[in-house]
Amino acid sequence: MYVAVKGGEKAIDNAHRLLAEERRGDPESPEVSLKQIDQQLSHSVDRVMTEGALYDRELAALAIKQARGDLVEAIFLLRAYRTTLSRFGASEPIDTAKLLIRRRISATYKDLPGGQVLGPTFDYTHRLLDFSLVDGTEPEAAAESDGDPDTPMPRVVDLLNQEGLIESEDADDDTPVGDVTREAMTLPADRDVRLQMLARGDEGFVLSLGYSTQRGYGRNHPFAGEIRLGEVEVDFTPPELGFPVTLGEITVTECQMVNQFAGSATEPPQFTRGYGISFGHCERKTMAMANVDRALRARDLGEDVSAPAQDEEFVLYHVDNVEASGFVQHLKLPHYVDFQSELDTVRRLRADAQARQAGVAAE
Amino acid sequence: MTEPAQQPLTGYNFAYLDEQTKRMIRRSILKAVAIPGHQIPFGSREMPLPYGWGTGGIQVTASIIGKDDTLKVIDQGADDTTNAVSIRKFFAATAGVATTERTTEATIVQTRHRIPETPLTENQIIVYQVPIPEPLRWLEPREVETRKMHALAEYGPMHVQLYEQIAKYGRIAASYDYPVVVNGRYLMRPSPIPKFDNPKMDNNPALQLFGAGREKRIYAVPPYTSVKSLDFEDYPFSVESWEHCCALCGSTDSYLDEIITDDRGGKMFVCSDTDYCTQRQENGHFGPLGSEAAE
Repeated sequence: MYVAVKGGEKAIDNAHRLLAEERRGDPESPEVSLKQIDQQLSHSVDRVMTEGALYDRELAALAIKQARGDLVEAIFLLRAYRTTLSRFGASEPIDTAKLLIRRRISATYKDLPGGQVLGPTFDYTHRLLDFSLVDGTEPEAAAESDGDPDTPMPRVVDLLNQEGLIESEDADDDTPVGDVTREAMTLPADRDVRLQMLARGDEGFVLSLGYSTQRGYGRNHPFAGEIRLGEVEVDFTPPELGFPVTLGEITVTECQMVNQFAGSATEPPQFTRGYGISFGHCERKTMAMANVDRALRARDLGEDVSAPAQDEEFVLYHVDNVEASGFVQHLKLPHYVDFQSELDTVRRLRADAQARQAGVAAE
Repeated sequence: MTEPAQQPLTGYNFAYLDEQTKRMIRRSILKAVAIPGHQIPFGSREMPLPYGWGTGGIQVTASIIGKDDTLKVIDQGADDTTNAVSIRKFFAATAGVATTERTTEATIVQTRHRIPETPLTENQIIVYQVPIPEPLRWLEPREVETRKMHALAEYGPMHVQLYEQIAKYGRIAASYDYPVVVNGRYLMRPSPIPKFDNPKMDNNPALQLFGAGREKRIYAVPPYTSVKSLDFEDYPFSVESWEHCCALCGSTDSYLDEIITDDRGGKMFVCSDTDYCTQRQENGHFGPLGSEAAE
């Protein structure tokens, strides 16, 4: 009569086989290829690469396929693979001023050197389901720019910087940059670590936190100074060579928020900055990230820390969806030993209470 | 049941983690052993199993296991629960080590939520999977604050919490993850083992290692170290007890799981430690339903 959970091993194997079968779906319909995922679900690939912290479109597409389109699961797959890779060094910082621009917009200036470049954007599409896509139609060819691709596109923050209107950010090349994938985060965390956590962080969580700052929970008056999307070269300096060589090209989205000014008795008022960046084209994520980055600088800038988005312990400890997803879902694991312990305690407490009531009734 | 060693999976390092990472984890373990009960941050890696499913314990085991080791993995005291099976298979595949269900044959026991009933020896290491390493977390959610409290040994709030339970319920209501003080200094979370198991931690001949992967902390209780469960002189620490014996092996001194057998209130109690229960039955001890089950 006692049927324990024997045979767990066999059950697991069978569950995995069922999963593989359901992943494939109806064998009559053609199997989706990695190329198709990369090309036609490119924003999924971009998000998985960003939060998976690994720039590899093919592996990200594989993870998406294996995860049946569950992007958080795909991010986990990519992260777990990433940790097994040996690292041979850190690249030179990428120079986003030299981005080969596909999209570049500024909300703070009507026009600016290099102009506004809309590029591929959902922004002004009417969100009407396009039934012509049901059976697939070949899109019209896009118009090609006759502009010179070498036109300089200075960054808005650099333009503001010329007048000293925005705080300057000078790279400190002597201080080593933290690495959240190698060392446990310690608090208070510096901005390098915070930005890493946010860049790898869950888009949904970062979006909601960024949104909350716009609704008054840690308001910091953001203007989208600039959003740019394009390709940039990644350089690496091998110690045995001593000069940088180009490893390849990656696509990035960068957002520079221009935020409320701050000033003091000794420093004249200046705009402040919030920064967001992602692999691929993740505009929503980078904008929200910039809002949260700025909110998390409250302590550094001498502002009150009162809202959730300004609370670095709260934000940084809960932003990672691989951690969050694992821990929430671990509640599926058996807890019957703990539960038995609680049952024992509750039964004793109830017996105590009943004894007390009986005692009162007898008096 | 013991499975012999086999060839480890090709394409991965022995026990999955690369040697540099193992070295980093072993350094953290050494620090942890040097300061019993103190939580040491470590560069926890993403593992191919989810956070919250034993990644801390797995990383500790991976960094201490050698090819001559014999590994036992339990969850809720049982070797055959799904996650224990999964972790055991992970090490059988990546390290090719021998695995066993017999506590006495294991050199490393990785566990979630229980300490085996069979006493451990000096030749064994027990590795606990820890979800939340910080004993003060439910009192103070901020890491910055709890680290200060540990530094100052400011553990009054925990005593107050236990006192409040006595004031409200007439007894200490903590049942699992019951706080302990290690070596007279650090307040430590024993991981969510039932308080029934707390006394086994005290002065245990085995090295006890605790790994929290998601929270990136390792801590330890060296062999023969004092582990005291918090209590009061007039409300001494006590453990769970049952009116029943194990239905299968008749044990009256092991931790029992309650099994619901029908929808009319029928239930039975059996040992949570499946190996202990099996050994007793093999040695001729039976409970009211044991002989029937043995047939």
